[in-house]
Amino acid sequence: MRRARIVAKPMSSTAINWFKYSAPATFYGLAGKLIPWFATGSIVLFAAGLYVGFFLAPTDFQQGESYRIIFIHVPAAWMSMFLYLLLAGYAALALIFNARLSAMMARAIAPTGALFTFIALWTGALWGRPTWGTYWVWDARLTSELILLFLYVGFIALQASIEDARRADRAGAVLAIVGAINVPIIYFSVQWWNTLHQGASVSLTRAPTMAAVMLQGMLLMVFACWFYAIAVILTRVRAIILERERGTAWLAERLDRGQA
Amino acid sequence: MNWGSLEGFLQMGGYGLYVWGSYAVTAVLLVIEVIWLQARRRTIMQRLGLIRQISGRNANETSA
Repeated sequence: MRRARIVAKPMSSTAINWFKYSAPATFYGLAGKLIPWFATGSIVLFAAGLYVGFFLAPTDFQQGESYRIIFIHVPAAWMSMFLYLLLAGYAALALIFNARLSAMMARAIAPTGALFTFIALWTGALWGRPTWGTYWVWDARLTSELILLFLYVGFIALQASIEDARRADRAGAVLAIVGAINVPIIYFSVQWWNTLHQGASVSLTRAPTMAAVMLQGMLLMVFACWFYAIAVILTRVRAIILERERGTAWLAERLDRGQA
Repeated sequence: MNWGSLEGFLQMGGYGLYVWGSYAVTAVLLVIEVIWLQARRRTIMQRLGLIRQISGRNANETSA
């Protein structure tokens, strides 16, 4: 009852009413407006990042040209971890406040998170072959990243296997929250265990150990991946909203007005 | 500029298979994800349209 009143309140002129966007009906429209901006931004950032990575960044004196895999490998690996934390955060909100939209966001993030995890593993294997002489080793960094892929796939499979959507949301949320312990394990694995994987090239506490132009190219690719992920996740959450909210009055009104 | 020719660019100093294998698979996967999402949305919109057609006809019949 209380939530319904907050949602119905008109937006104040002095402050944004954030609760307004916790309702699928209002978030659906907002997401629709944001998607083109993030999609366009992603294309521009990918183009810029690839240009810097392939044409401005110099050859690495140790690894030759093989190091250029870094421009997709590190952004993908970061995304795989950030997106998992975001998924677990939305899952926790959904569980605590029984919030529909948060549960839908968690669902929408999972496939894209799994995709970036796979890309991190794939590009890592192709980078490992020329630099380490092997596609795969069972060391802490690689194994914990593989477990991350299984967590994403497990989350998707668990939710798909439960017919009742709200029960599936809760079961998935518990799995996602428990699995979040794996993210710090991935991140600190190169410090905690003796691994073949190199330590962090970029960290918040130290100066980066790579050339400025290489770092710039990599950061452009990181932003490109973020914009891509946001555009794709918002598109997916809109699809989920349509699937779950069919038969509601707001959706019927929207379709009556000819708005998709 | 790092590359004297297109050939040099494709060879990537002998690491072409690894570098292009990474970027090609990434690009294909991202494009597939976008295509799948568009298809999913189209399917839902068609289904919603059908539901509305049927329910709209029913509403007209009862009012007539």
